[in-house]
Amino acid sequence: MKETQNSGEISDPPLGDGGLAEKSIEYRKNILKYIYNANAGHTGGSLSCIDVLNVLYNHVMNTNPENFTSPDRDRYIQSKGHSVEALFVVLADKGFFPESDLETLCKYKSHYIGHPTKKVNGIEQNTGALGHGLPISAGIALAAKLDSKKFRVFTLLGDGELPEGSNWEAALTASHYKLDNLCAIIDNNKLQITGPTSEVCNTEPIDVKFESFGWSVRHVDGHDLNALKETFDDLPFNEGKPSLVIAHTIKGKGVSYMENTVKWHHGVPNEKQYHDALTELDNAMMTIPDDF
Amino acid sequence: MEAVIENKTVSGKANLEVFSSTLQELAAGDRDIVVVTSDSRGSGKLVPFGQKFPKQIVEIGIAEQNLVGVAAGLASAGKKAFAVSPACFLTARALEQIKNDVAYSDNPVKLIGISAGVSYGALGSTHHSLHDFAVLRAINNLTVVAPADNYETAEAIKLAAAFDKPIYLRFGKKNMPDLNAVDDVPFEFGKGRIIREGNDVAFMATGETVHPALQAAQQLEEENNIQATVISMHTIKPLDYELLASTANKCKAIITVEEHSVYGGLGEACASFLLQNGIANPFKIVGIPDEYTVTGSQNEIFNHYGITANGLANNALALMKKITSEL
Repeated sequence: MKETQNSGEISDPPLGDGGLAEKSIEYRKNILKYIYNANAGHTGGSLSCIDVLNVLYNHVMNTNPENFTSPDRDRYIQSKGHSVEALFVVLADKGFFPESDLETLCKYKSHYIGHPTKKVNGIEQNTGALGHGLPISAGIALAAKLDSKKFRVFTLLGDGELPEGSNWEAALTASHYKLDNLCAIIDNNKLQITGPTSEVCNTEPIDVKFESFGWSVRHVDGHDLNALKETFDDLPFNEGKPSLVIAHTIKGKGVSYMENTVKWHHGVPNEKQYHDALTELDNAMMTIPDDF
Repeated sequence: MEAVIENKTVSGKANLEVFSSTLQELAAGDRDIVVVTSDSRGSGKLVPFGQKFPKQIVEIGIAEQNLVGVAAGLASAGKKAFAVSPACFLTARALEQIKNDVAYSDNPVKLIGISAGVSYGALGSTHHSLHDFAVLRAINNLTVVAPADNYETAEAIKLAAAFDKPIYLRFGKKNMPDLNAVDDVPFEFGKGRIIREGNDVAFMATGETVHPALQAAQQLEEENNIQATVISMHTIKPLDYELLASTANKCKAIITVEEHSVYGGLGEACASFLLQNGIANPFKIVGIPDEYTVTGSQNEIFNHYGITANGLANNALALMKKITSEL
């Protein structure tokens, strides 16, 4: 069993690289399956962040159904709550709940709604309104520091939610209290519901802004599983500083007709589009090298 | 937690000071108690707390949304987080964090609204909180409490520290006399305290308005031979419906009193219950009317809107006159 950088007592065995690449494709197929079934969901953003979630849950964090009530588990807070379908398929795969539960996605009285809620096993906080994940995560990371605990806190933000002022308030707190047990990840897919993020409200240069707030920042290809692993393995990037990973991603990644297309922010595929997407992903599966 | 009845004798301080001293007593024996402030430790009377327990105070700076979000995170990781900020900013600027991060996510943060109502007086409406009961009542999974005196404040803080659900408490900074209850029933959220009993009219008051209601009751007895009940309805939500119904059955008229807009607070909560249960006593809501609030000190604002012994007694007389004329 590989020791993680944190408490290490309750970590999962790491998967081989091939396992991760195949999981990413399976996760994409499941995201599409349940969004298609529900006729609702945030398709583009779920496909852009799924590789990050894959690496976090299967390589980085010591979070699993067996230790989920342990105070020493790593925490994941999804600030961009609308991409909940990505989180659902990963949690189902980790065994937090039967995957068949996702057949109730967005159905009457289902806990599996369009944003994360703690009614679903494996979810830490109710999110959905943007700009909330970073302050909460800073609070959890601060609690760890106060109690001298070793667990880490990860939070995923969308690039489109960065104009929310609460993010910058929390960015100050995280550096003020030297929360090097906090890692924020920006799913930088560069599109939001209205159009290109740079045209809606330009937040670049994101790295310079966070660095000036006292963070340590790294860029990574958010679809390169090995690069993601290497990046997260290096946490904290600087002792005494919170870490920011700017994951450069493609909205709709993996389905060519969805990629970099605003309408797939919350577009739902029709039957033909759904089957075309599955075919493309099945073909991608065939191209994964055996030794990857 | 056992309530401590003898604490009733603590008197004469501002509820805010009692909040701070009680919290210091608790924090000495409980390192999970953490105060989170937004450059508000001075106005929250928490400077001594910060000096005694430097590792149990988290300064956020002037950023109320972040204050509540961080407090929610602390609470979710097992800390007894008291998020302390002026009520006006805490419950307006950080309302979405209260709704989502505290109430909806069920993180047991203790939200402390300091210098509530019109405590800040002539600083003006930016600093008044006349909306907090209304907006917070409409949020599921949130208890809303406005203690009347030092005893209620001390008991409320002790209970809040051990409370495993989200709660909002608001305090003023005026020195408050003790208001002894007619019985020794322990303080409990959701259970009003009967301060005085009489069968003619009832004052349902909350927070710093209970005292003028009691003065009005004494004046009505001395000057008009009218017997008034006075209840400290410290918990706005959940409201003590049982006490409200029994009081309405006993007394001919009901007057609610609050340092809050007449919209959406204690008065309308009482009216809603009474009307939906077919209880139609003559009824009056006294509070701050829906207008550009008059400028002045807290006392001057209270005087202007009749939140005084005279003003409240006059309201009672008007309702009693109406009852008499209908007979």
